[in-house]
Amino acid sequence: MFRKIAISAVSALSLMTGVAFAAEGGGHIEDVPFSFEGPFGTYDAHQLQRGLQVYTEVCAACHGLKFVPIRALSDEDGVQLPADQVRAYAKGFTVTDKDTGEDRDGLPTDHFPANNDAGAPDLSLMAKARAGFHGPYGLGFNQLTKGMGGPEYIVSILHGYTGEEKEEAGSTFYANHTFPGGWIKMPPPLADGQVEYADGAPNDIKHMAEDVSAFLMWAAEPKLNARKDVGFKAVLFLIVLSSLLYLTNKRLWSGIKGKKAH
Amino acid sequence: MAGIPHDHYEPKPGIQTWLHKRLPIVAIAYDTLMIPTPKNLNWMWIWGIVLAFCLGLQIITGIVLAMHYTPHVDFAFASVEHIMRDVNGGYMLRYIHANGASLFFFAVYLHIFRGLYYGSYKAPREVTWIIGMLIYLAMMATGFMGYVLPWGQMSFWGATVITGLFGAIPGVGPTIQEWLLGGPAVDNATLNRFFSLHYLLPFVIAALVALHIWAFHNTGNNNPTGVEVRRTSKEEAAKDTVPFWPYFVIKDLFALAVVLAIFFAVVSFMPNFLGHPDNYIEANPLSTPAHIVPEWYFLPFYAILRAFTADVFVVQVTEFLSFGIIDAKFFGVLAMFGAIAVMALVPWLDTSSVRSGKYRPKFKGWFWLLVIDFVILMWVGAMPTEGIYPWISLIASFYWFGYFLIILPLLGVLEKPLPQPATIEEDFKSHYAEPAE
Repeated sequence: MFRKIAISAVSALSLMTGVAFAAEGGGHIEDVPFSFEGPFGTYDAHQLQRGLQVYTEVCAACHGLKFVPIRALSDEDGVQLPADQVRAYAKGFTVTDKDTGEDRDGLPTDHFPANNDAGAPDLSLMAKARAGFHGPYGLGFNQLTKGMGGPEYIVSILHGYTGEEKEEAGSTFYANHTFPGGWIKMPPPLADGQVEYADGAPNDIKHMAEDVSAFLMWAAEPKLNARKDVGFKAVLFLIVLSSLLYLTNKRLWSGIKGKKAH
Repeated sequence: MAGIPHDHYEPKPGIQTWLHKRLPIVAIAYDTLMIPTPKNLNWMWIWGIVLAFCLGLQIITGIVLAMHYTPHVDFAFASVEHIMRDVNGGYMLRYIHANGASLFFFAVYLHIFRGLYYGSYKAPREVTWIIGMLIYLAMMATGFMGYVLPWGQMSFWGATVITGLFGAIPGVGPTIQEWLLGGPAVDNATLNRFFSLHYLLPFVIAALVALHIWAFHNTGNNNPTGVEVRRTSKEEAAKDTVPFWPYFVIKDLFALAVVLAIFFAVVSFMPNFLGHPDNYIEANPLSTPAHIVPEWYFLPFYAILRAFTADVFVVQVTEFLSFGIIDAKFFGVLAMFGAIAVMALVPWLDTSSVRSGKYRPKFKGWFWLLVIDFVILMWVGAMPTEGIYPWISLIASFYWFGYFLIILPLLGVLEKPLPQPATIEEDFKSHYAEPAE
């Protein structure tokens, strides 16, 4: 019986090997030990709040977060901003009311504004739309412990500028060793000490990049904590259930099947 | 029901007889559940239950997802995000549904290869096999159209590539393609009809599954020895079999619980493992992704499709002989569908009178090579078409066809099979001691 299970398991594994993804162009991406990785990882609310600050003061100038409702900022599992702060934050935006067609202050029920005036992509799902790593051997199994590297990719872009720039067809391009092709249209957005954190956390480029990437991961996957919580219970329940069924099955078949002869 | 003799449902006087005379539904349920099942079925016989569960899971999660989804090019992507963010438990529903498709295909491949090894396709089970292949085709159509619905980049470009295959048919191809798409390109009409068909086909599959089960309940299950259950008398049949309830119901439920524990670990801790990151970018007809990769479960056949390029000798000869009607693109399409067709025809391609691969010494090696070949095709299907990869996919494609069209027909003649047990009971007794009472 166990030989058969082993055969099933091996064939199962070998079927999965087709999942290899062709690696996209671009440079090597360093792993960052984010708090939300691995089966038990959860978001760090302080980091998300710092990331929100970087997003608001820097990224939002050109990028949007059109799929993210502002009210989600008060979610237990995420940024954990107090309700009055969320209202104040929403007020900072001017939105065109869908019903009246007139401009008004933003409300928590509105979404973050879309923003592609500068041709910059929306960031709502950016952390899931890029894969930083595919290992081992292109199988992607390390997603279980490291995620697929979307936030790492963003970190890498943000401090991957070499300082070179070039003019082409009327646009300026900046050399970046992470971006596929090596040249990106986005000017280096961060400088050391650019954002002043209230909690006094380090604000060099690398730390700011990590904070905003964590925030963007939350923006892309706001239910991550809840999902892992449900999953943990489901897997635990199924392990107990299968143990009981194993014993039931063994007892049931004992009248039919004796010990294995060889 | 015909087949193996066993006790049938006896309605008691009163309400049972009253109902039985009008609608013998209890009798059908009883006979289905109590069907004598070979007692030597091994752990590769559990995938049928996993598949039935998958179908139910996909239909239930799918119906709820459809309540919140909007099949329109301007809203589809946003409605999926609405499900992920605003709908209660929506993130779990969607991740279960997306990964459920993968579990479905994973199980169907193990189920198919089990059938290929133990000769489950052979007489008298050809109809079961053919219906199974129809289910598999319907699953592929459903899976493909389901992947289009989130309207991400891979959805859009996958739909463009796959419907383009039909455009390769000489003469009528472009017309068929336009008819499938509902217009000259993948657009709102395409999304709408794919949504409609994606909702319809699972119920077609459910009906085919009922036929599939009916067919093998009529012939009786195959089993690892490939030796038929004795059916001259009820007593003799009972020596080879046990009733499906409770023996196999409990065994299958145990296996299902183990499979689901792994499944929920994937859904909860790495839900995007089997997806492509590009599908989190909204579809954009003006920007083609660097690599258009289908879902993992299509990769083996995608590899066969891409293997036959214009510089392959067979393709050139065919093009010459057909006066250019069968060009490289159409040849690839024919090869892809042909790869499934030869599998469907295996009951008539395998000439061996021995059913189970267990007693076929030469067959075993070729069979495992086919399994490896399938994995190689899957791997190479995800690789770019450059360097050594086209060669690998070409050789692997040739083996796929060679196995079904050359090796199986010849093996039946050339191979000297090992002695088979006379009965299932005899085989069972040689493996297990008498149960201690």
